[in-house]
Amino acid sequence: MSAVEETPGSTPAGAAQRGPAPSPGFWTRARRQPRFVFGLVVTVLVVVFAVVAPFFAPFGENETAGAPFSPDGVFGTDYLGQDVLSRLMYGGEAILLISVLGTLLGMVLGVLIGVVAAYGGGWWDEVIMRLNDVTLAFPQILLALVVLTAVEQPTAWIIVLLVGVSHAPRVARVSRGVALGIVSRDFVVAAEALGERRSRVILAEVLPNMSTPLLAEAGLRLTYSIGLVAALGFLGFSADPGSANWGQMIQENRLALSTQPWAVLAPVAVIAVFTIATNLMADGLAQLAQRGE
Amino acid sequence: MTQVATLPDPVEEVAAPRGRSGAGAWALWLARRLGLAVLTLWLVSILVYVATAALGDPVRAILGRDYASNPGRVAQLEAQLNSDQPLVQRYFSWLGGLLTGDPGTSLANQQPVGELISANVVNTLVLVLLSAVVMIPVAFLVAMVSSHFRRRRPDAVIQTVLLALAGLPEFVIGVLLVALLSTTVFQVLPAVTLTGFGGRPWDSPESMVLPVLTLVLAVAPYVSRIVRSTLLDVLDSDYVELARLKGIPEPVVMRKHALLNAIVPGVQVIALQLAWLAGGVVVVETLFSYPGVGLQLVDSVRNHDVPMVQALSMIIAAVYVVVNLVADVLSILLTPRARTAISS
Repeated sequence: MSAVEETPGSTPAGAAQRGPAPSPGFWTRARRQPRFVFGLVVTVLVVVFAVVAPFFAPFGENETAGAPFSPDGVFGTDYLGQDVLSRLMYGGEAILLISVLGTLLGMVLGVLIGVVAAYGGGWWDEVIMRLNDVTLAFPQILLALVVLTAVEQPTAWIIVLLVGVSHAPRVARVSRGVALGIVSRDFVVAAEALGERRSRVILAEVLPNMSTPLLAEAGLRLTYSIGLVAALGFLGFSADPGSANWGQMIQENRLALSTQPWAVLAPVAVIAVFTIATNLMADGLAQLAQRGE
Repeated sequence: MTQVATLPDPVEEVAAPRGRSGAGAWALWLARRLGLAVLTLWLVSILVYVATAALGDPVRAILGRDYASNPGRVAQLEAQLNSDQPLVQRYFSWLGGLLTGDPGTSLANQQPVGELISANVVNTLVLVLLSAVVMIPVAFLVAMVSSHFRRRRPDAVIQTVLLALAGLPEFVIGVLLVALLSTTVFQVLPAVTLTGFGGRPWDSPESMVLPVLTLVLAVAPYVSRIVRSTLLDVLDSDYVELARLKGIPEPVVMRKHALLNAIVPGVQVIALQLAWLAGGVVVVETLFSYPGVGLQLVDSVRNHDVPMVQALSMIIAAVYVVVNLVADVLSILLTPRARTAISS
């Protein structure tokens, strides 16, 4: 009897410790995943390139380096005679920043919706997830295009918002599924029995135990974010039409693919390498999440 | 793009009605699904209308810098969009028009939206169906080859290639194919679809090869991965082991035991991917100048042509909802367990 009475005395911290620790030896396990390691290394390399390269660019972002579509320089020049290599070096930062911010926003919104639905249960769950299914009937790029119809010139924040909001229902579905397996476990019930506030139960008990599957989902979402932001640039919808942007570079130089292929193939190659890397990373994480359970 | 991880279990969706005849229960289940589909489409229509008509100012977007200097044009456009009426009233008159087959008049060239869209809808449907017809056997074949070599080198190589392909955005695949097959390496296929006035893209079949190939490469990896993992589950199961022990040759085991069991997850992931194609065509059609709804949508968004965007996005959403409905019905019909759960 005394043992049972002592349990509440050991405070909420005790309850939290009884749940499976969020990531014991996470890095040890992750390092043995070749896919994850390869994906992470290449992703970091591309990010470093995008952040650091502008300082080493041989020409300015909008500086004319020669005649249009001439073979001067490493990758030649583009439709305005700007140096393709320099544009490539400048063009990553905005795309990566918008993608990462959009992914973060989508994850936060989606996890919030999914966990509240799973934890609320019953009627709440039904209504939230049905409404969620409605937004799923919208291909992601369609949502962005519909909103951009009534906007004269998109700003970076609008694109971040569109990417995030279009991710949210998809993230919500996944995180609800993960959370459903957790909210009925003993340590959550115990925390509730102790009279914890519901918001605190979610933050301290449920979320930490979802970290690996959520990381995998975030990796996948990042892959799609890059694709989406680059596709919007490719379709001609980017925040700043004059500045360099990998997606937009493809659009600008597409007609000269047969005469000056590097102006198109260089940005395509960077996007390809980056999306493959983030996808491999996400898949490695997903395998870790599966084994961890 | 879609996720592969969360395929809904068809059985879970079904509330099994008891004490009714099989046919009655079926009708009830179908009516419930249809009702849900209609409800979804109605909510989507609200979303589309609010996003296009209420979030920004379309008139200001259309006129750009002319907005301040051209009050006559502003008044004309506002009259066409009925901007003086309250939003709810405008929404319902638009919805009424949509339901009676009159989705309004294009702002860009003052022609009825219905006339402008109809040919492109057919073009896109042909493109998507053709891609599906090519994609499904290819994806199943790759999955079968891969699971035949399971946990050996060829399987690992195929899976890594599929995973890499799955991450690539569709326009990247498209541009690489154009560079490979029509401009830079080989010059064997046209890079754009050229159609004369009133012509159809399939009048010159070679121009459809690259768009179809791009869509197939964008979608097949997902289908193939799901089918492979289902095949692996089945091939490791006890009853397949028993079949092997009875001396049934491996090709027959694959055909009769494994493949049949992979059909239901296959149907679901194919439906997810077909629904995704409804959005994926936007980029691919723009890349190849293919005259379908995707290209038309991008043009209309650039022109801020609100009535066109509304009608086109409703069509795409409707395709998505219908494909999902058909997939649900098919996977119930193909799963004996779920079939009896409904009719008993």
